[in-house]
Amino acid sequence: MTVADVRARIQERFGVEAVVDGGVSVTLPRERWQEFARFAHDELGCRYFNWLSAVDWKDQGFEVLCRVENLDAPLVVTMRTRLTDGETHCASLTSLYRGADWMERECYDMFGIVFDGHPDLRRILLSDDWEGYPLRKSYAVDTPLAPYR
Amino acid sequence: MEVKRPIPQVPAPVWSEFKDLQEWEKYHQSRATDDKTSNALASIADAIHHMPGGWIVTTSTDKIFNWARKSSIWPVTFGLACCAIEMMATFASRFDVERFGMVPWASPRHSDLMIVSGTVTIKMAPMLKRIYDQMPDPKWVVSMGSCANSGGPFRHGYHVVKGVDRVVPVDVYVPGCPPTPDSLMYGLLKLQAQVDEFQKTGKRPAASEPGGA
Repeated sequence: MTVADVRARIQERFGVEAVVDGGVSVTLPRERWQEFARFAHDELGCRYFNWLSAVDWKDQGFEVLCRVENLDAPLVVTMRTRLTDGETHCASLTSLYRGADWMERECYDMFGIVFDGHPDLRRILLSDDWEGYPLRKSYAVDTPLAPYR
Repeated sequence: MEVKRPIPQVPAPVWSEFKDLQEWEKYHQSRATDDKTSNALASIADAIHHMPGGWIVTTSTDKIFNWARKSSIWPVTFGLACCAIEMMATFASRFDVERFGMVPWASPRHSDLMIVSGTVTIKMAPMLKRIYDQMPDPKWVVSMGSCANSGGPFRHGYHVVKGVDRVVPVDVYVPGCPPTPDSLMYGLLKLQAQVDEFQKTGKRPAASEPGGA
């Protein structure tokens, strides 16, 4: 299965143009996030979950990125989606990839993105009583907060 | 035929049940902040000091006690970040702080000195405070490296305490990123000079006084 094949299948199934950047990079609408992950997992054979993260683009909303890999092909698929209009909910990938569990918890911890369907969504790195989400652009870093800041 | 071992089902820990540490911490909160010696001892020393000629006894015993204190400062082995590597080098045989009577000790309950070697995160600060509270009086703190002094390169980050003096009182600040073992040893010698000036009141010398850091 070549990269050209993969691009053709993505075009046929999802109607989006995949960008070739070392691997295959796909920008998806938010509703088809989980569906594409299932497609990559089952049909493209991307069984290895590499990472999941997010970017805060200020007024243009959050971008959630995820990279999954087929280690045998080898094939790298980067999937990205945009949460616009103040949306903070995104579908969880934990039902497909066990490794997505902690990554999504970290993403929730740092950006406040709520992953619907996550079994145990709570803070992972910061303490439970932390206020705010520090990697958001709107987070005021030097705010004096009790007791040690 | 391949036989697969069953995957063990491990129940997820319920963190809200781990209350013992928080409850335990409450018992360490009730210490007076500036008091380095107990009140009973202070009142006895005061009584002797105000007897006619009693000052000879108290001042000379102060000297003896201070000599004993400065000659056996035991630092608790407490490393936080890369400064801890330099601290270990200082403890090891090449630089050898044992010739100053400093024995790195693995328990805060037997130690006199805490070398805060490295970045103190906001999440780590309560644990640092707890270790400091477990140390018996009189006790001293050396802040080692830029991170412990002021937050260092992480000062404008969201997660770092901007100087360990916001958590515990600090006696000697050692600058550097990380400080070399020579720097730390110089700081420890300054601390010894400071301990030598330690009064029975338990007050630290100000920066202008001899021994002040």
